[in-house]
Amino acid sequence: MSQHVKKDEPALKAVARLLRGLLLGAAFLTPALALAAGPPTAEVNTTGLAVTDTTVTVGQLHSATGTMAISETGSIQAERLAIEQINEAGGILGRKIEIIQEDGASDWPTFAEKARKLLVNDKVAAVFGCWTSASRKAVLPVFEKENGMLYYPTFYEGLEESKNVIYTGQEATQQIIAGLDWLAKNKGAKTFYLIGSDYIWPRTSNKIARKHIENVLKGKVVGEDYFPLGHTQFGSLINKIKLKKPDAVYSIIVGGSNVSWWKQLKAAGVTADKQTILTISVTEDEILGIGGENMVGYYAAMKYFQSLDNENNKKFVEAFKAKYGKDAVIGDVTQAAYLGPWLWKAAVEKAGSFDVDKIAAASPDIELTTAPEGYVKIHKNHHLWSKLRIGEAQADGQYKVLYESELIEPNPFPEGYQ
Amino acid sequence: MDGMTLSEIGSLLVMQGFNGLSFFSVLLLMALGLAIIFGQMGVINMAHGEFLTIGAYTTYLLSVVATDYAPWFMNFYFIAAIFVGFIVAFIVGYLVEWSMIRHLYRRPLDSLLATWGLSLIMQQAFRSTFGPKEVSATLPDWLMGSYAPTDTIDIPLNGLFVMGLTLLLTGAVALLIFRSRWGLHVRATTQNRAMSGAVGIDTAKVDRLTFALGCGIAGVAGAAFTTIGSTGPTSGSLYIVDTFLVVVFGGAQSLLGTIASAFSIAQAQSTLEFFMTGSMAKVLTLLTIIGILMLRPEGLFRMRVRK
Repeated sequence: MSQHVKKDEPALKAVARLLRGLLLGAAFLTPALALAAGPPTAEVNTTGLAVTDTTVTVGQLHSATGTMAISETGSIQAERLAIEQINEAGGILGRKIEIIQEDGASDWPTFAEKARKLLVNDKVAAVFGCWTSASRKAVLPVFEKENGMLYYPTFYEGLEESKNVIYTGQEATQQIIAGLDWLAKNKGAKTFYLIGSDYIWPRTSNKIARKHIENVLKGKVVGEDYFPLGHTQFGSLINKIKLKKPDAVYSIIVGGSNVSWWKQLKAAGVTADKQTILTISVTEDEILGIGGENMVGYYAAMKYFQSLDNENNKKFVEAFKAKYGKDAVIGDVTQAAYLGPWLWKAAVEKAGSFDVDKIAAASPDIELTTAPEGYVKIHKNHHLWSKLRIGEAQADGQYKVLYESELIEPNPFPEGYQ
Repeated sequence: MDGMTLSEIGSLLVMQGFNGLSFFSVLLLMALGLAIIFGQMGVINMAHGEFLTIGAYTTYLLSVVATDYAPWFMNFYFIAAIFVGFIVAFIVGYLVEWSMIRHLYRRPLDSLLATWGLSLIMQQAFRSTFGPKEVSATLPDWLMGSYAPTDTIDIPLNGLFVMGLTLLLTGAVALLIFRSRWGLHVRATTQNRAMSGAVGIDTAKVDRLTFALGCGIAGVAGAAFTTIGSTGPTSGSLYIVDTFLVVVFGGAQSLLGTIASAFSIAQAQSTLEFFMTGSMAKVLTLLTIIGILMLRPEGLFRMRVRK
């Protein structure tokens, strides 16, 4: 790919100079033609990215195999759908997007290696990828050194900001604070039991939750428990919850453990009318494995639910199901991944260039009114302004939206919460 | 504990006690197959978890059939799934032994690598067949919810079910190994392969059936575990470490050891979990096991075998 670009460059420059005036004129007269041709490559690509007169190449870097494939498949599908739709509408600056997909294989060093391959060998203009914080941390130095652009879809623990990353999911405070406020206000929750899988995201999130409960809500944390990833026995925890009788349980259990936790809860005679539970780690994707009947009546705090009632979302769900089958479900992260290519398109068009530095500079204040979750805007810290919703799980595996917050400012380094 | 009556504390003790017993039966059920394969035959089968997954997916498939095509079957399909899970895992185990394991009896470390590779292949096969996302088998009503003898005591029905199944299966395995002619052949082959062959035992056939039986039992465990855990391509790998732990800690060749070890690990862990976080409880349990294994390298119980 890169060789191809280099060979074309001198010729292109000459042609570009000759035709620039003509093209500009044509642009005013026939916008459609201008869109098809686009501005000359030498102008929109000064750093040797894989951009030709008709195409621009991007990378996709997720786990298609290994334990994380369960989560990342939705993101892969959503990004492909967005790119396909952009291409159908004429591409970006008159160029069709081509995808090079690499498999991170649920292994963090592999992620770093593939990121380097995409940036150094393939010279991709942007990468849509990663899911776990561990994989993002592994590729971050590569993106900063090679000056690449990463669109990262997952809600995560915050405490990070990079010129080379656009975070399309929520950072921790956006997901946690409004949800806890809702519990306190609507469920009268004063005592909380915090639980999570034992790694960085649940621990950081619960730390923020505890500070908010103790300092702002003036409530009490009656218990905080962590379990190794893959833990399958929650009987003792359920008994402890029965002993402490918290007003609300705040759950950040992930992966296969999730299934055990909710199934065993039901088997132990705990139901939603007896015990309020709010989770930030169960999307519609996870409910597939848990079984809707085991989740009925519990609450989740997310920025997106498949059942959101707005025109953008209807179109998105319809297109997603048309492409991936009528039984496909869409979780929070899948929607956030779908935003990536659209945000990149908006940034490229605003900057009038594929250059990473120009995109990074142009990104703040970019708005997207067509997002399935509604309106979003990029903050100068490269995270998104977004709303928080509370959903109540239904037996059919969908959430019923009960509450919607105002737009929340992203704050990856929250003072007083660390 | 303020605000709790004595009877409430009593109920909690009962539930916590049951919780330990229920965890014990889960550990024993998942270790039983490996106790035969690793304990009796000495094959380090890293793909054991994937045979559990076979049972789990079989249950899922049957539940789909029951919900979509035969609603009358809904109440009974789970029983059928246990048998079908056994048969499918048995057949796959039989083929695996024939194509791979039998060439590796003299090279236990190679069998470790080969079966680990096999487990990766099987995981990817599940992923390609059923998709990477987890699925959920719809359980019949009689397996859901809890039995509540008093207002404050809830005994999980699926826990009771797994317990009953474990008892039956353990009894059956004990009978097979210690009271049947086939069991005699298995033990003879394990102790001295050449001599067993010399007295007319078809050792190759014994090996194949033993391995397949262990896999079949894993299939049963996998079917039962759909009531308490996840069904996905890598679900089985959640159990593999605990499974080896139970068998090694108990003393590899002793069935009684496996039972005792499952019991002590389950009780230790569920009690510790009640007083500290799950991660710390696991750390302490593992440390204790390591300590005991340093003192008794052959595990809790040792079969007296002439070396």
